[in-house]
Amino acid sequence: MRESSPILAGLRQRIARLATSGGFESRPAGGWLESGHARFDAAIGGGLAAGRTHEFFAADALDATSAAAFAALIALRTPGKAPLIWLRTTDAGKRTGHIYAPGIAELGGDPDRLLLVETADPKMLLACANDAIRCAGSAAVIVESWGKFPLFDLTAGRRLALGARDAGTTLLMLRLNAVPAPSVAETRWSVAAAPSQELEANAPGAPAFALELLRWRGGPAGTRWRLDWNHDEKCFGPNAGDAALSGALLPLPARRAMASHGAAAA
Amino acid sequence: MRIASIDTAALAVGLRVGMPLADARAQVGELAVVPHDPVLDQDWLDRLAQGCARYSPLVALDAPDGLILDIAGAEHLYGGEADLVADVERRLARLGLNLRHALGPTADAARALARYQTRPAPDEGQAIRRLPVAALELEAEATTALVRAGLKTIGDLASRPMANIAARFGADAAMALRRLLGDAPSPLDPRIALPPVVAERRFAEPLGSTAHATKVLAELVGEAIGDLAERGKGGRHFRATFFRSDGLARSIAIETGHPTRDTGLVMRLFAERMDSLADPLDPGFGFDMIRLAVPRLEALGATQLKLEGGAVRAANEGAAMDELADRLATRLGRGRVRRLRPADTHIPEQAQLELPAADAPLPLAWPAPEEGEPPTRPFHLFDPPQPIEVIAEVPDGPPHQFRWRRQAHAVRRYEGPERIAAEWWRRRDNGGLTRDYYRVEDAQGRRFWLFRHGLYDEKPNPRWYIHGVFA
Repeated sequence: MRESSPILAGLRQRIARLATSGGFESRPAGGWLESGHARFDAAIGGGLAAGRTHEFFAADALDATSAAAFAALIALRTPGKAPLIWLRTTDAGKRTGHIYAPGIAELGGDPDRLLLVETADPKMLLACANDAIRCAGSAAVIVESWGKFPLFDLTAGRRLALGARDAGTTLLMLRLNAVPAPSVAETRWSVAAAPSQELEANAPGAPAFALELLRWRGGPAGTRWRLDWNHDEKCFGPNAGDAALSGALLPLPARRAMASHGAAAA
Repeated sequence: MRIASIDTAALAVGLRVGMPLADARAQVGELAVVPHDPVLDQDWLDRLAQGCARYSPLVALDAPDGLILDIAGAEHLYGGEADLVADVERRLARLGLNLRHALGPTADAARALARYQTRPAPDEGQAIRRLPVAALELEAEATTALVRAGLKTIGDLASRPMANIAARFGADAAMALRRLLGDAPSPLDPRIALPPVVAERRFAEPLGSTAHATKVLAELVGEAIGDLAERGKGGRHFRATFFRSDGLARSIAIETGHPTRDTGLVMRLFAERMDSLADPLDPGFGFDMIRLAVPRLEALGATQLKLEGGAVRAANEGAAMDELADRLATRLGRGRVRRLRPADTHIPEQAQLELPAADAPLPLAWPAPEEGEPPTRPFHLFDPPQPIEVIAEVPDGPPHQFRWRRQAHAVRRYEGPERIAAEWWRRRDNGGLTRDYYRVEDAQGRRFWLFRHGLYDEKPNPRWYIHGVFA
């Protein structure tokens, strides 16, 4: 196509260049936080991309522990001794409970890798998250918030995402008791507890998670997963108790009510 | 209500300590009265003591209203004892304080002279001998007994044989007398332990701006770190004290998780600390002295320098992470940046300690997970446990349904009880209630850790609690 003005042609070329390689999100990730479940990882392009922001929404206020445990386990799965920085506000211990190291040790994680940072308010939380994210060498940074987080708007989210990209750290936003909203996150998940595989004498079994991929920059969203945590292998596996759903990729419309999936899965 | 303390003006019009307030009011119409607050007094004395650290590092509190300074070997810095005393009086007068001072060969002698001397004397020995026997600060009866025996001054007492005094007025009287005369040691209990490394700077003209003070502090940090490098040590704790020309002082401390000799890091932490101060550093009439102390040292090997200058980057990979932890701890407070450490107990809420990240780890290991078994401890723990209402099929059986935070949960699966007894060997009554823990899963698949506090034969109607939530 011939352009009447060379300036216009130059600008068009520049836009085309930006569109194919320009945005920071389109750069290849430096690595992945893998779940250990091959099909799950493959479906999201290799795992949770390192150096990006990932959001975990608890499907219900009572699912806070499941969301927190999923984020912690996927970060603590990484080999080595790199610390997992966990930022929360002072009142989090009263609401969702104190992070309990013997429980983490029994899940196969190393509690010595945890560095807990407690801040008085969400404003300080965000300021400390900005510092933590710019410090290379952590397994991941978990920022736990409860309820609406008006300070964490698109600008704040983008600032964190840019910091994470530059330092190559992975930011896991743990949004408890919050409604998913647009953000710059690479992936956005809704996490709920799932019924576990029953053991002898009707005892509850290994931790089970019901996940819904609400958004993924690299592809279609709306898939649901049922994962079991295997603490011996230190990996997530297909939910053994539910043969029909076992690791199956269930394409579902992206705009489905979230609250129903506990019941749908059961 | 009685008068606890008065100023000179009140003394002049005839008021006395211990007088009822109503009498005092009747005597003097316009009386300014402030409630007596011993804690605030103590705090004020402590701040004065901190300010007096400029004269000598050995400052002891003599509550409620005295300070004892060991100026041995320090007076020449001010041009002699008299000049030093003049400097103390000048500074404290600016704070509106009336001072009585005395110099003595021992701490007890100086203290007694400051508090009880009424008549001038040619030298210290004579002055002590002319003190009243009240200066021994014995009990009121013992003092009265001494006076009745005709012994009115320390000199009278000292001329008698010590054995007689001990026999008649008690060993305490003899001991107090020997201390006062310098025959027995009267050790000082200094408020501040001596830091091993100190760098300080005094200014002829007070510094009026905090920015200048920070610049000087950076130089002091450089000096102190040079000193540390010579000793092969690194600092873990740095404390800057800013002495104001009006006699008050303000201390700012930082702490690092690992020994350091990095001036940049120390200054970044100081800047972080100053930014996060609730009441910012106030120069007032200006700082006339800044002192940097490094109270805590740890061994740190010498660093290799590159040929072209500049230090080789330390091989420590976690250096950036350590600095982050230090920076956050400086901003938020030491206890807000924590690591989890195991504790040797089977009581669940005591099995983990949340300790400041700067503290050294304990040599204890976490329990290893049992193969093929689901976790028996929750991911989140409530401390204290939260009460719930439970319906059980049989009184001492597992829960069938429970209500927590106004929401009912039907129990589908359970495991238990896991019985955890109280640590009776640590309790005075050798008792304590046993807890029966159940791992339960509700209809939605959420897993909880519930317990009944007390067996039915320990307590008639034991309560149920939720202690944690499993992943």
